[in-house]
Amino acid sequence: MVDFAMQHAWLVPLLPALAFVVIVFLTKPWQKLSALVAVAGIVGAFVFAALAAYGVFTHPEFTEGSLVYGVRWLSMPGLHINVGIMLDPTSAMMIFMVSLVSSLIFIYATGYMKGDPGFSVFFSYVSLFAASMLLLVLSSNLLEMFVGWELVGLCSYLLIGFYTHKISAREAAKKAFVTCRIADFGLLLGMLSLQIVFGTLDLPELAQKIAHFHQYTSAGVLTLIAVLVFLGPIGKSGQFPLHVWLPDAMEGPTPVSALIHAATMVVAGVYLVGRMLFLFSEIPSAMELVAITGAFTALFAATIAITQREIKRILAYSTVSQLGYMMLALGVGSLSASMFHMWTHAFFKALMFMGAGSVLTALHHKADVWEMGGLVKKMPITAWTFVVGGLAIAGIPPFAGFWSKDEILATALNSHHYVLFAMGAFTAFLTAFYMWRLIFLAFFGEENPANHPVESPWNMTVPLIILAALATVGGWVGTPWDNVWSQWIFFGEVEHAAPNYGVMIGSVILALAGIYLAYQLYYVDREKVKAKALAERYHGIYTLLFNKYYIDEIYLWFNHAIVDGSAKLFYLFDIYVVDGIIVNGLGAFTRLSGEGLRITETGRLQNYALVFFLGVLIIAVALAFSSPSAAGLLLGGVK
Amino acid sequence: MLTLSVGLTQYMVLSAILFGIGLFGVLSKKNAIAVLICIELMLNAVNINLLAFNKFVTPTQFIGQIFAIFVITVAAAEVGVGLAIIIAIYRNKLSVNLDEFDWLKW
Repeated sequence: MVDFAMQHAWLVPLLPALAFVVIVFLTKPWQKLSALVAVAGIVGAFVFAALAAYGVFTHPEFTEGSLVYGVRWLSMPGLHINVGIMLDPTSAMMIFMVSLVSSLIFIYATGYMKGDPGFSVFFSYVSLFAASMLLLVLSSNLLEMFVGWELVGLCSYLLIGFYTHKISAREAAKKAFVTCRIADFGLLLGMLSLQIVFGTLDLPELAQKIAHFHQYTSAGVLTLIAVLVFLGPIGKSGQFPLHVWLPDAMEGPTPVSALIHAATMVVAGVYLVGRMLFLFSEIPSAMELVAITGAFTALFAATIAITQREIKRILAYSTVSQLGYMMLALGVGSLSASMFHMWTHAFFKALMFMGAGSVLTALHHKADVWEMGGLVKKMPITAWTFVVGGLAIAGIPPFAGFWSKDEILATALNSHHYVLFAMGAFTAFLTAFYMWRLIFLAFFGEENPANHPVESPWNMTVPLIILAALATVGGWVGTPWDNVWSQWIFFGEVEHAAPNYGVMIGSVILALAGIYLAYQLYYVDREKVKAKALAERYHGIYTLLFNKYYIDEIYLWFNHAIVDGSAKLFYLFDIYVVDGIIVNGLGAFTRLSGEGLRITETGRLQNYALVFFLGVLIIAVALAFSSPSAAGLLLGGVK
Repeated sequence: MLTLSVGLTQYMVLSAILFGIGLFGVLSKKNAIAVLICIELMLNAVNINLLAFNKFVTPTQFIGQIFAIFVITVAAAEVGVGLAIIIAIYRNKLSVNLDEFDWLKW
């Protein structure tokens, strides 16, 4: 059975894809049946994924090489594209994680989406979403991966804009799609260059060829390719400066936010960079770019999250920030730490988004955390699971986030990236602060009498409890003392870092400091006088952060000034040059010359005859001048 | 004794003069009948050319003469048609003045 699952890993993406087809064409009118099909599809995928992962992690030879099989997709002279499955520890972990988190989210969604008119459609979309992500993860070929990549983008567009009656949802969907398209263009160019330079897009073959890239191309070209490829993940994984779509993506139904932020969408970018690490690691400057982008994004998004008021927006910025951590880990060369953080993050972020969804359902979609308060009394399960998520993301041992974040910080320090390490450590403090600000404001303190919350039904709370358990124990596979994780998932050499107690204690102190600060400002101080005074005192910074550094406004300005401005210029060119001179000019010329020539048509035969005669005369004279023999013939007659 | 030797050049000069008179008439006469007559002059100038070339260039063959007969035949037909047209126009306009015949105008 395990062997079967490993040899037929293509069933993992196929099952949810089948669920999508079945729902769209057959079961759409019956809501409960549609949900059942979707859940069956993803749970089936999870079972296969779990079996395949079990197979991989019981065969140590997989640390040496991967299981690759596939078929030729298209073949023409000079271009051969294969599609196939590449099963190695990284992809096995990913399919396990993606299908597990997706399964829980699907079950949760059966409760959350109850009564929605688009219930069946929703489940068809999320099935396709999960299928695309699983395809992306298992791909052995970059083009195949790109297909999954674009399908993920399409599904996110459909799902973010799921509430089509809301203008903001439609706008957010467009924003997500366009932003990702810009980034994907870079990725596409990078892929084309890889195909041109190396003649293949198969990942194992590319890895071999790029290891000896000097035979094919110069370092400069490879740097360009790496930067182009990295553009895709910048968009998809919400790195600065293309992060703008991710916070708006919360416009979709909350299970979708959980899917996008935890399992299916944004980690695709990190995963792609991880898969292509053989490319980036050849170019130190590209690695630096990845690391700096990641560290900057982590800090940047964390500072924004401090001031936000909407519960899902805070979580969205925390996702951006955590993705920055993953990129930072990749940039300093540790696939292991990056994937580990992705793994733990998937659990606690899905947990917190679904907790937020549970809160929103109870409060009839009132999203401002300042208007919540004391929810722990009425919604204990949601609140306490959320607290577990908060502990995990803040990095308190023994919760999952502690181990992965600690590993990233330690790796950054060990690779002598001191500035990036400091940024990461400060971000850890900010993370603890803003997340616990949310928790104290929403779940503790005094109840808001305007709210009448009730705990959510079992199909929403059970996934929360399972995820809370995973967010607690999920990190134990990668403790520094017995790091099973990095023995399996690594790039290059297995990393044998000794436990760095300094970093560990330091990060725990930072996290506790953040939590304590939030406790003082938002729990002890019931009237929030100090918090408001701080916001008043640093009004400029507060406004800057609250408006997310005005990045959206800058893009808007750019659009207005540069894009619209140049469009106006081209419009004028079109009106006056193309239409004015070329199109109308040609017409006017024809008309005027017609008017002029009309006068010569007198209707008198003798005038015409005169013209004939003059014409013949002119031709004769011209011939006489141009060619001597003709002149002889005309003037001299016959000799 | 004045010897007159008539060669090809003389024939051609005569033909050219005749053609020129005919052309001038065609271009300048107001009367449609006169224009037709002038066309006959031009055709006959051509005939003289044809016969002269026949006599001086290819005396053993009769190509030029045959062509001249063709031209005379065609000219007769042309005059027939031309006169018929002029009569038809005259019935409409009660005039054969070409200045009044500008119906080909736009």
